[in-house]
Amino acid sequence: MRDKTIRPIVLVLLPLLLVTATASPAPARISEDQKITHVLNRLGFGARPGDVERVQKIGIEAYIEEQLRPERISDSRAEDKVGDLNSLTMSRSKLLEQFPDPQQLARRLGIRNPNQNTGAIDPNADPAVEQQKQVKARAQLQQYMMENKLQRPPQLLQQLISNRVIRGVYSERQLQEVMTDFWFNHFNVFWDKGADRWLTTDYEINVIRPHTMGKFKDLLLATAQSPAMLFYLDNHLSSTPSPAVEQFRKRANPNNKQRMPGINENYARELMELHTLGVDGGYTQKDVTEVARALTGWTIDQPRMNGSFVFRPQMHDRGEKTVLGHRIPPNGGIQDGLRVIEILADHPSTARFISTKLVRRFVSDNPPPALVDKVAATYKRTDGDIREMLRTIFYSDEFMSSENYGQKMKSPFEYVVSSIRALGGDTGGNQQIGRMIGQMGQPLYQYQAPTGFPDRTDFWMSDGALIARLNFAVTLTSGRISDTRISLNGFKDAQAAALFLGSPDFQKR
Amino acid sequence: MASFAAAPSFLVRAAMAQGTAPSIDRPILIAIFQRGAADGISVVPPFGDRNYARARPQIAVQAPSREGAETAIDLDGFFGLHPSLSPLKSIYDEGHFAVVHAVGSPDNTRSHFDAQDYMEAGAPGNKSLADGWLNRYLQGTPKTDSTAFRAIALDSKMPRTLMGSAPALALSKIQDFDVRGGNPRQGASSDLYSAFEAMWRNSTFDAIKMLKSANPQRFQPENGARYPNGQFGQSLLQVSQLIKAEVGLEVGFLDIGGWDTHANQQGQLNQRLREYGEGLSAFYHDLGDRMRNVVVLTMTEFGRTIKQNGSGGTDHGHASALFVMGGPVKGGKVYGKWPGLAPEQLFEGRDLALTTDFRDVFSEVLKKHMRAADTARVFPGWQPGQTLGII
Repeated sequence: MRDKTIRPIVLVLLPLLLVTATASPAPARISEDQKITHVLNRLGFGARPGDVERVQKIGIEAYIEEQLRPERISDSRAEDKVGDLNSLTMSRSKLLEQFPDPQQLARRLGIRNPNQNTGAIDPNADPAVEQQKQVKARAQLQQYMMENKLQRPPQLLQQLISNRVIRGVYSERQLQEVMTDFWFNHFNVFWDKGADRWLTTDYEINVIRPHTMGKFKDLLLATAQSPAMLFYLDNHLSSTPSPAVEQFRKRANPNNKQRMPGINENYARELMELHTLGVDGGYTQKDVTEVARALTGWTIDQPRMNGSFVFRPQMHDRGEKTVLGHRIPPNGGIQDGLRVIEILADHPSTARFISTKLVRRFVSDNPPPALVDKVAATYKRTDGDIREMLRTIFYSDEFMSSENYGQKMKSPFEYVVSSIRALGGDTGGNQQIGRMIGQMGQPLYQYQAPTGFPDRTDFWMSDGALIARLNFAVTLTSGRISDTRISLNGFKDAQAAALFLGSPDFQKR
Repeated sequence: MASFAAAPSFLVRAAMAQGTAPSIDRPILIAIFQRGAADGISVVPPFGDRNYARARPQIAVQAPSREGAETAIDLDGFFGLHPSLSPLKSIYDEGHFAVVHAVGSPDNTRSHFDAQDYMEAGAPGNKSLADGWLNRYLQGTPKTDSTAFRAIALDSKMPRTLMGSAPALALSKIQDFDVRGGNPRQGASSDLYSAFEAMWRNSTFDAIKMLKSANPQRFQPENGARYPNGQFGQSLLQVSQLIKAEVGLEVGFLDIGGWDTHANQQGQLNQRLREYGEGLSAFYHDLGDRMRNVVVLTMTEFGRTIKQNGSGGTDHGHASALFVMGGPVKGGKVYGKWPGLAPEQLFEGRDLALTTDFRDVFSEVLKKHMRAADTARVFPGWQPGQTLGII
C-alpha cells in the first residue's frame, strides 16, 4: 500500500478500502508485492522511494539475509549525517568534561550557586538580594560555559535522539536500527535518573548496538556490567553488610556519613523479571535475594567521574548461594555473578520470554504460540543466537500471513521515521522532532520504569496521541520542521501528503 | 463503523460511549503529584513536638507567634501550616481542607523513581503492573455517559497513574487540542479537517468539536481567584475551565515538581509552597459552589530526613503529609496518628515513621467520594487498614 505508484488511488479510495477490507474474507497468504512492503515495514522503518524496486530486483530472501548481516552493509550516508553529534564518540570521562553538570561546575568554580549553598544560612536574608545573587551566578556560569565551549547535559539527550532519528531515516542497516530500539527498550534505562545522563550514551553505543544480533548471553552480560544499568537499578550500591565494607567506605571517603546500604534487590529482581525469565518464569523471592547476594560487589568505579564497571571484593558476599536450584559455592568472587548470568541465559523460561517479545515485535500483539515455540527451540539449539531467532521468525508462515499484515501499530518513533522515509525526506533529527515524538507519547530515553515502553497498540493510541500524529503529518508536509525537507513527488499537494501520513493505514506497519 | 476493525480498541470503546450528556452532579477527583519528595514536616510542621526544632536547628518552621510573619500558621495547637501556605488556612477553617500526616508508601525505597512508580501504580513493591491506579479505577467503573474528557492529564504524555486500557486524555494545553494547518496560527483548512474526520470517523473529532463548542477558555476565574503564574497555576486554571464547561470531566491529574530540597531548602520551599498554596486556593475559590462535587487529593513519593543535613537541606526519607480538599471533605483537621520524632520513634533511625498507608486515603476517596464499589482491583495485593473518615 505504501508503494508510491498507488498512493493517489489510496487517497481517493481510502474510506472505501477501509470498509471493504474488513468485509471480504482475507487470503491466508499475502501477495508478492505485499511481502515486499511487509519486510520493509517490519525489518525496517518502511520504504524510501526506490526501496520497493530494489527488493523486487534482489529478492525478498536476499534482502532479509542482507539485513541480518549489518556489519557487511556499507552505511556511509548515515555515518556522515551523524558526524556532527560529537558526544557519540567521546570517552565517558571526556563527555563528562564537555557536558558538565552545571551545579557541580558552579561549585567547582566557586560561583555561588544558591541551590548548593553549603555555608551558614542567614534567616534574615533579603529575598530581593538573594534573587539578584542568583541571576548573577547564573550569568557567570553561562559565561564560563560559553568561553570554554561547554554544553549542558540535555544536549546529550538531544544527540542520542538525533542519532536514532537520522539513522532510522538514512541507515541501510534498517534491521540493526530496529533491533537497537528493541533491545534498548528491553534493557531500558531512564536518561533522567542522576548519573545516567552521562552514562546512557555509552550504554547505547557500546553496550546495546554491538550486541543486537549476537548471542543473548553476551548482550545480557554487557548490560549487567554497564555503568548505566548498574546505576539505574542501584546494583552499584548493593553490598554485603560487613565491618570490612564499612572500613573501606570510610577510607574511600572519610566524610561519608551515609548508612551502610546492605544488599539492594532492585537489579536482581528486574534481571529475572524483565531481562530474562519473565515475571512467571519460575523464580522466588529467595532467588531474588540469592541473585542479589551473588551480584554484590558488581559496582561502578568512581561513579561521579563517569567510571567503568569494577568488581569490589570488599563489597561481595562470600557465602554460598543457591540460584534456581543451582548451588554456587562460597568464595567465588566475581565468578558468582558470571555464573548467575549463565544460569539465567540457559534457562528455558528465558528462551520463551525473549522469543515471545521478539515475536510480539515482529509479528503480532498476540504472539502465535506455535511460532513462539519454534523461536524458543532455535534459542535452545543455538545457545541463544539472536540472528538465528530472527531468521526463524522471518521465514515463518505466521510472519508472512495476511492475518498479521499491516496490523502492528507503529510507535511514535516508527511513525515519524517512516513518514520522513515515505516522502524521501532529509532530516537532521532536531529538537522539534524529538519533542513531537514525545507529544505522541514516546519521550525517547525517558521512560522511567524498567519495563520499557509497552509494545502494544492500545498503549500508543489515545485521542491526544492521534491529534499529535495528525499535527505532525501536517507540520512535516507543509515544510515547517526547520531541518527537515520532504518531497511531494506523487502527491497532488502538501495536503494530500498530510492525508496519506495521517490515514489510519499509515499508523500501522 | 466497519472501519473500526482497523482502528485501535479505544476508539471503539470511546465511540460507543458517545451519545448521552454527562451528568452534571458527577463526583470529580483531581489528583496532584508533588514530584521530588516534599518535606512533610515543613509543609505541615509539628511544632508541638519538642524534637522537631531540636532535629532542625536552622531550618525548622518556627512555632506560631503573634509577632513574626514567618512562623507556622496554627492548625490545632500541635501542627501548623507552612507560612507560605497561608491562603489555605481559611479553607481549613471552613472545614473543607484536611491534612493527613505521617502518610506514604510502606516500601522503604528511597529512590524517587521507584517510589513514584509504586505510588502511581498504586502497588508498592510491585513492578509488574503496566497500568496506574486511577486508570484501574476507571476500568472498574465504566459509565454509560462518559465522554472523551472523563479522565484528563494536564501533561504532554500520559502519566503512569492514568496509563491503562480505560480511555484517558493527555493534553498540556486546551488550545493544542486541535488539528492545525501548515500555518500554526490558523486551524487546519476545513478541507483537511473534514478529510481527516472522514478517514478516522472516531470520537477524537467529536472530542475536538465538543471542546471547541464548549469553549472552556471563555471561563475567566471567578470570585476574585488569582492563579499564580507558571505551569501549575495554568494547569489548575484549565482544569477549572473544563469543569465549568461541563465536558464530562471526572478525573484530573497534574503534577508539580521542585520538592527535592537537598540544600538550602527554606528559600526553595518558600517559593514552591507559595505557588502551590496560591494555586490550590485559587482553584477552590474559582470553582465556588461547584466544589461541592470536587475533591483534590495531593501526594508525594516519600518524605525527607528528620535531621537537616550539612547544607541546610534534607535527604530522602520515608513518610510525608498530603492534603485532601473540597466540598465533600471533612476538613479542619489533621488526620493520622503522629508517630513522634524522638530518635527511637524514627523509621530506620532517621525518617518520619509511617502510620497511614497512602492506599487507605486513596481508597477512601474512591469509595466514599467517587462511589467506587470495590477498590481491591485498584490496589491489588492490599488489604484496607483504617478508615479515616475524611470524606
